[in-house]
Amino acid sequence: MSDNPAGPLERTPLYDLHRELGARLVPFAGYEMPVQYPTGILAEHAHTRSAAGLFDVSHMGQVRLTAKPGHDAARALEAIVPGDILGLEPGQQRYTLLTTEQAGITDDLMVTSTGDHLLLVVNAACKHADLAHLQQSLAASCEVEAMFARGLLALQGPQAAAVLARFAPQVATLKFMTGAFVVIDGAQCYVTRSGYTGGDGFEISTPADAAAAIARKLLAEPEVKPIGLGARDSLRLEAGLCLYGHDIDTTTTPNEAGLLWSIAKRRREQGGFPGAAIVQRQIADGAPRRRVGLLPDGKAIAREGAEIVIAGNVVGKVTSGGFAPTLGRAVAMGYVARQHAANGTKVDLMVRGKPVAAEIVPMPFVKHAYYRG
Amino acid sequence: MASVKYTEEHEWIRLEGDVATIGITDYAQQQLGDVVFVEVPQVGRKVDKGEAVAVVESVKAASDIFAPVSGEVVEGNPALADSPGDVNAEPMGKGWFFKLRIADKAQLEGLMDEAAYDTFVKNLG
Repeated sequence: MSDNPAGPLERTPLYDLHRELGARLVPFAGYEMPVQYPTGILAEHAHTRSAAGLFDVSHMGQVRLTAKPGHDAARALEAIVPGDILGLEPGQQRYTLLTTEQAGITDDLMVTSTGDHLLLVVNAACKHADLAHLQQSLAASCEVEAMFARGLLALQGPQAAAVLARFAPQVATLKFMTGAFVVIDGAQCYVTRSGYTGGDGFEISTPADAAAAIARKLLAEPEVKPIGLGARDSLRLEAGLCLYGHDIDTTTTPNEAGLLWSIAKRRREQGGFPGAAIVQRQIADGAPRRRVGLLPDGKAIAREGAEIVIAGNVVGKVTSGGFAPTLGRAVAMGYVARQHAANGTKVDLMVRGKPVAAEIVPMPFVKHAYYRG
Repeated sequence: MASVKYTEEHEWIRLEGDVATIGITDYAQQQLGDVVFVEVPQVGRKVDKGEAVAVVESVKAASDIFAPVSGEVVEGNPALADSPGDVNAEPMGKGWFFKLRIADKAQLEGLMDEAAYDTFVKNLG
């Protein structure tokens, strides 16, 4: 099993390509994944912000839901996620959450309607548990099909659209958070204009046996370089995006995490998802703590687990922190008690026992550059 | 001629008179990846062999740098504050971390020479 840390590591369809490219491979969510290529994380990060980076995210879990006769897959899924799935037009994509009765988050995911199906992309480390949860919750209404062998490539950056349009011209007009079936290199793929960098880009779901050939074709384009998980993390941190298991988990509510934007008005009012009563109560009364951006003075880096302190009192904890290459300085995010969550609040971050002065700031740290047409 | 010794923590020590310059090896900087922050010790600090005295941060993680011998800090590399990438570019040159006036040269005797260190790294696989 891939979720058994002691078991053998799985490989994506791009494993041989990673080796050829000189990647440093590390265990990640049960897979052997590239953390960086020889040019290093800073160069990969900069390349993704200025040109186009290709990421192998085939370890993530792709799941297809198909309604059984007389049922509606969107309606069924709404019973376990707070997002507006019924409102998805064919070709539209939405970010949503799997929630617990306590309004904790068991995963965050993308849901895309193709008209006939719902396509889900869930986190690698959660995918087996998510699949079991989906199968159990949706058994009466949906066929739940794991497509874990498929390839998933992310092509991200300001030149991603120009590159991908050479292979599939129709992607040029796709808007952020929409998707379409396209043929790339003779293979039927599903492409969405989305990603995890805060920039423009695409995620390309490919048949397992076509993934490596498509990756090689994209890498042969002059704008494209391979990017590892190290830069994937620094890019998403700059974009202020949550990393599951770090910034959100079963102990954080959507309200605390600042993810209420992903819960449409109808769902907030009507509820009907796990934890709805708590989400509604926190909308009315305020969440006890909030996820905030943190900008440390100077150059010291406050990482996950660092305490957030005001006047000697611990008011929260850093959940992600690191060097933001685009800014040339450290950034972090974390949770603080509600009364201290206002932008401009001065705090100390405890780094190796010493306080580092920091300020609560709005996120993202680097402006999003999504293509909205 | 200055002699260079190496530790199993992938640090190098170059002794000139009773002052040792300390940094990390090429192998260490490769393992760390891009260095983005270095904290060097204060001048005058007395350190014991094995004590964590400096910090090197790559994009991914923070690592301690240990004093390979006991002594007193006589200089921290001031250039690393603005150019932490020197550690990657020239780990055994301008990427040095700090200088110690060492208390007991006998502490150097257990350390590896270059040939021994090269063998040590090869055996790490």
